[in-house]
Amino acid sequence: MKNLHISTTVNGDQTEFVCAPDETLLDVLRNRLGLTGAKEGCGTGDCGACSVTLNGRLVCACLVLGAEADGAEIGTVEGLATGDHLHPLQSNFIEHAALQCGVCTPGILVAAKALLEKNPNPTDTEIRYWLAGNLCRCTGYDKIIKAVQIAAAEMRNA
Amino acid sequence: MRYEKPSTAQEATNLLATEPGIARVLSGGTDVLVQIKAGMIEPDLIVDIKNLDRIRDITPEQGGFRIGAAVSGATLGEHAGVTALWPGVVEAFELIGSTQVQGRATMAGNLCNGSPAADSVPAMVAANAIARIAGPDGARNCPVQDIPVSPGRTALAKGEFITSIFLPARPERAADAYLRFTPRTEMDIAVASAAVSLELDADGTCTSARIALGAIAPTVVLVDAASICIIGTKLDATSLEAMSEACSAACNPIDDKRGTVEFRTRIVGVLAKRAALIAYKRAGGRA
Repeated sequence: MKNLHISTTVNGDQTEFVCAPDETLLDVLRNRLGLTGAKEGCGTGDCGACSVTLNGRLVCACLVLGAEADGAEIGTVEGLATGDHLHPLQSNFIEHAALQCGVCTPGILVAAKALLEKNPNPTDTEIRYWLAGNLCRCTGYDKIIKAVQIAAAEMRNA
Repeated sequence: MRYEKPSTAQEATNLLATEPGIARVLSGGTDVLVQIKAGMIEPDLIVDIKNLDRIRDITPEQGGFRIGAAVSGATLGEHAGVTALWPGVVEAFELIGSTQVQGRATMAGNLCNGSPAADSVPAMVAANAIARIAGPDGARNCPVQDIPVSPGRTALAKGEFITSIFLPARPERAADAYLRFTPRTEMDIAVASAAVSLELDADGTCTSARIALGAIAPTVVLVDAASICIIGTKLDATSLEAMSEACSAACNPIDDKRGTVEFRTRIVGVLAKRAALIAYKRAGGRA
């Protein structure tokens, strides 16, 4: 299997890596670039724990080949905070206990950020449908929806 | 496995046609990468078609729209022109998967995956959509309804792949709609589905109808016997009932964990009736 040399941008930084043709973007991020925020839950696009943005679109990194990242712009949860300053979604998830084990959290944060960029004032129903592909097995969704709403309000008033 | 990203359709076709092993086309990857992960297929060659000219574009053409084979559901749903002209096709495609899946999945991929339950396929068939196919002998056009031949199988020959799907122009008083039954409202697969596309005259009489059903037979079914029941009517209750029965009569479903033969047969008629009323209203009929 011939390895591929890929040039990409991750969270605004120019990045290069070598990967196998059948290696997923998720494996590249975690194993080659040390960005372990995105998690592998199912590996088949059902759980959303590996949510990242690819050229601004929310996708499951497990359903993208590393090779497809060539020339693309990738956004991961590691790009949410500005230095030590957490993104309003991150601080509100902590403040309002919208996580327990945390495995789904990076994917939900990335997905929620993508939602708020498109729709800064979503209804609860809109948030629930947008996040339908992000499964949480412990906290439950109520606190997650509430934290997104509070963060959205904070961002609108910023 | 080799990964190739050709920049012309000719190059892509040559790669697919000359590969002695298993070759797969990659566009959105939401089916093919799942199949690889699940060990269902072990391709020797992946041909990523996203570098081809216009493959990610939605282009107005003769009053309709040509949808590139790499246009995602997210891009399609944001396109005001397609949404206005073919609302049923867009709503069908947007039902598929999560936001994340919509960021990548394509209509051409949904068609080529060959699932009898593919949501966008009945809507495309009702719309009389035409697939543009690249192949070793050049490009050809094929109605979407002739592409699926059995679950997981398509009419595409070795070396062929879809480059775009054409949604045609339509008269002013025309619209379509798609409905499916799923136990949940999101992240589920159709147990049965119906797409209806109608054209009306100035007084609201239906002059043309195409009704396509999904998940009730090995492939999508275009039910002319159902269309006949509502053409020439204003979708009164008697005509709709006859149409609904014609839909149920066209079923050849399976029993599985998602639904029984009886349930699918009955519910698809109900879905067709409701979808027809939505299409009728959208087209400007009063119903």
